[in-house]
Amino acid sequence: MAGTGIGARVERKEDFRFITGKGNYTDDINRPGQAYAYFLRSPHAHAKIRKIDTKKASKMPGVVGILTGEDIEKDKIGGLICGWMIHSKDGSPMKAGAHPALAVGKVRYVGDHVAVVIAETLAEARDAAEAIVVDYEKLAPVIDLAGATKKGVPTIHDASPDNQVYDWHLGDKAATDAAFRKAKHVTKIDLVNNRLVPNAMEPRAAIGDYDTGEGAFTLYTTSQNPHVARLVLSAFIGIAPEHKLRVIAPDVGGGFGSKIFIYAEETVCIWAAKKVGRPVKWVAERTESFLSDAHGRDHLTHAEMAIDENGKITGVRVSTRANLGAYLSTFASSVPTYLYAPLLSGQYNVPAIYCEVEAVYTNTAPVDAYRGAGRPEATFVIERLVEVAARELGMDPAAFRKKNFIKSFPHQTPVIMCYDTGDYNASLAKAMENHDVKGFAKRRRDSAKAGKLRGLGYSAYIEACGIAPSAAVGSLGAGVGLWESAEVRVNPIGTVEVLTGSHSHGQGHETTFAQLVAGRLGIPIENVSIVHGDTDKVQMGMGTYGSRSGAVGMSAIVKALDKVEAKAKKVASFVLEASEADIDFKDGKFTVRGTDKSIDFPSVALQAYIAHKFTGQQLEPGLKEGAFYDPTNFTFPSGVHIAEVEIDPETGITTVAKWTAVDDFGVIINPMIVEGQVHGGIAQGIGQALLEGTVYDASGQLVTASYMDYTMPRADDLPSFHVDHTMTACPSNPLGIKGCGEAGAIAAPAALMNAITDALGHENIAMPATPQAVWKAARASFAKAAE
Amino acid sequence: MPKVSMSVNGKQVSGNVEARTLLVDFLRNELRMTGTHVGCDTSQCGACVVHVNGKAIKSCTTLAVACDGANVTTIEGLANGQDLHPMQAAFRQHHGLQCGFCTPGMIMAAVDMVNRLGFDLSEETIRHELEGNICRCTGYHNIVKAIKAGAAAMGGLKVAAE
Ligand code: FES
Ligand code: FES
Repeated sequence: MAGTGIGARVERKEDFRFITGKGNYTDDINRPGQAYAYFLRSPHAHAKIRKIDTKKASKMPGVVGILTGEDIEKDKIGGLICGWMIHSKDGSPMKAGAHPALAVGKVRYVGDHVAVVIAETLAEARDAAEAIVVDYEKLAPVIDLAGATKKGVPTIHDASPDNQVYDWHLGDKAATDAAFRKAKHVTKIDLVNNRLVPNAMEPRAAIGDYDTGEGAFTLYTTSQNPHVARLVLSAFIGIAPEHKLRVIAPDVGGGFGSKIFIYAEETVCIWAAKKVGRPVKWVAERTESFLSDAHGRDHLTHAEMAIDENGKITGVRVSTRANLGAYLSTFASSVPTYLYAPLLSGQYNVPAIYCEVEAVYTNTAPVDAYRGAGRPEATFVIERLVEVAARELGMDPAAFRKKNFIKSFPHQTPVIMCYDTGDYNASLAKAMENHDVKGFAKRRRDSAKAGKLRGLGYSAYIEACGIAPSAAVGSLGAGVGLWESAEVRVNPIGTVEVLTGSHSHGQGHETTFAQLVAGRLGIPIENVSIVHGDTDKVQMGMGTYGSRSGAVGMSAIVKALDKVEAKAKKVASFVLEASEADIDFKDGKFTVRGTDKSIDFPSVALQAYIAHKFTGQQLEPGLKEGAFYDPTNFTFPSGVHIAEVEIDPETGITTVAKWTAVDDFGVIINPMIVEGQVHGGIAQGIGQALLEGTVYDASGQLVTASYMDYTMPRADDLPSFHVDHTMTACPSNPLGIKGCGEAGAIAAPAALMNAITDALGHENIAMPATPQAVWKAARASFAKAAE
Repeated sequence: MPKVSMSVNGKQVSGNVEARTLLVDFLRNELRMTGTHVGCDTSQCGACVVHVNGKAIKSCTTLAVACDGANVTTIEGLANGQDLHPMQAAFRQHHGLQCGFCTPGMIMAAVDMVNRLGFDLSEETIRHELEGNICRCTGYHNIVKAIKAGAAAMGGLKVAAE
């Protein structure tokens, strides 16, 4: 498609600075007179702090200050918060233990923040930290997720003596149990959804700065949502009122959820800046990122599916235990509940669903949203269930899915969601064709001849994105509304700045948002710039996560553009001396219907500011409009991914031989960028299924705390992907966008594990399917075959 | 503190550094050239790749003093004003970057790959050669495409755009 409007493959406007080394990430920023922070972290998973002796350390060269939990408490700086209230089955609120930014009296995981040393150089800060003497009284750690709430297990937070955060449920238990009683066939599986470390390539960083003249703070931080950070730091943690606290999230090197949250380090840097009278800079080392970034997933699940004599699914019953780590991170409580269980209907017509989730504390890093957040876990459950059920019934897995697909919309599931639109048959059919599923049997034979095991697996996923209608999430316990804001500022010469609350950290908003605006106003895309990531420029916004920037953020821009167009029409009517009702706007031109009188958009902008053609009584000068957009429903991107693997039983190495994705994201603004999002998501999903495992030993040490031990997907672990689309427009937002950021990560693990278990001929393998695990599982396959 | 002098992107620079100062810290903190990034502490991610005397190295594992007298090229030295190096242009054209954090290292590694292996790189070669560079955003699909096209462009060849 030519041009730069909606649907065009426009090269990214932001790329020039990135490919020439001119990006501006937090660590690239230096403030005059800045000092460096180094965090002394707990070496123990669980211990009481008897005493912190900083005497010797504070006399070390270059030390500006050493601060501990006592100091932060004295200054009445509040602890970190969890912004989503979940109630247990019995109606009691979740048990949230205090989460001080610097430990008070106790440490609860390896990497927990004990003290901060601020010094002239980082090396001096680090050297001084080594000289701090902490007297710990070690306590037995709680590491094992399955055993975390057993009788006699040590208590992590006094607020929850048995380490349970909540015991929550969703769905109709009685109806579901009845479906199982009547079932012809019941499929049962046990699943581990492995803990992952998000690993954005830019480590987290923060610079706190305090202006004594203004009495105002500025925080530079690696955040996906600077306004939410300001809100929390101001209203809950109490750093300063919002008008005295500016939060800047400049270029951010990837987030994937992990940079949504408000962490201890930025809280301490901004507080300490005033305390020591110097800008304070902190940049995480990769090991610190492993230890203290919020992790993702970490579920143990038992799931069952009831099927009737016609091969129709009649019920799904799920019981999950979710690890939330040592403290409740910002949105931790919502991930295994409302971002999870409402997706357990998948793409299927399931009359009865019941899900219970027990969330627990352990002495491990906090767990929160990571790309997909709850929805990958749900997809993994339902898509593994469906695949295994089909196998048990001797049905073709694609045919079994088709038989159970939801075919008419809107469709109300038994678990909250009302799917608005979709065509699941279409994406399945297209994926099967693109993948050449027909040729699989031959490919499998060829592999067998070479002594290899070949398997094929589907994942027909659905996600709830465009997060989210504020009132709806409010009723489910969210502490904030999840609308988005936009402001369109037209300059007198017709160039445009768009201020948005949607932060871009790889998603390409500077391009896609500009495509929308340029197309709508009929101006060159070069004349549009997108402003985000600074609370002094953009008034308020909710940030980027949950595949919401297109569906919610761009909808806000559309609303603001509607207002700009309406105002511009008024201006044009004065200039053209015509009635406003007779003015049309198309391709950047205002015309008077039925005449040849016209004026282009930049000229109208100029007239709006010159204000000679109308009086102040008739019209306000200027051309600048803002809007808030609150979605009316979630959006429901869906699709089918097909994974094909070849396993070498001698080495256990799984090669991803072929990957086909067909996604329905509704209307797509820039296919190039959307495909990139899908590629990246699939890679993270393959990483989860094949490579990435987060391992704590029994004492609570994180064994996988570097790239030597935690296997990141690299180029030669992955194939090229075949990515394609079907399209049903989203009816609930003005552009018809559903969102694409998380799809790959949601779809991929189930597709891959379905393929691997297909190759192995049994279900007895968990993620990550490392060569060792696969090798063992392949032995079992041969033993089974020999029986 | 020892004094180091080197040529960075064709400009002679010098500074006094602690003996333990890494090349990447010299570039970023002393010269304030922040295009070269640090993504890890175990020499695994390649965000820090620069060229020293024409060869790609990881500047996070190279001491600044070891580069005394060397010719260093960083990502900032690749383009000529608005004129992009063909590898940079290829990354933009093929959407080989998202957040951009790994990108300087990727591009520097890619140019080195071409210098060593020529202009006609297979997908397999590229994937294998990228073993020292991690990208969390792109799934590598478009990086591989970009490097293939960038290599061809460096050789004056044309690859059909997909
Ligand atoms: S920073 Fe040099 S390899 Fe990671
Ligand atoms: S583009 Fe973000 S890490 Fe590669």
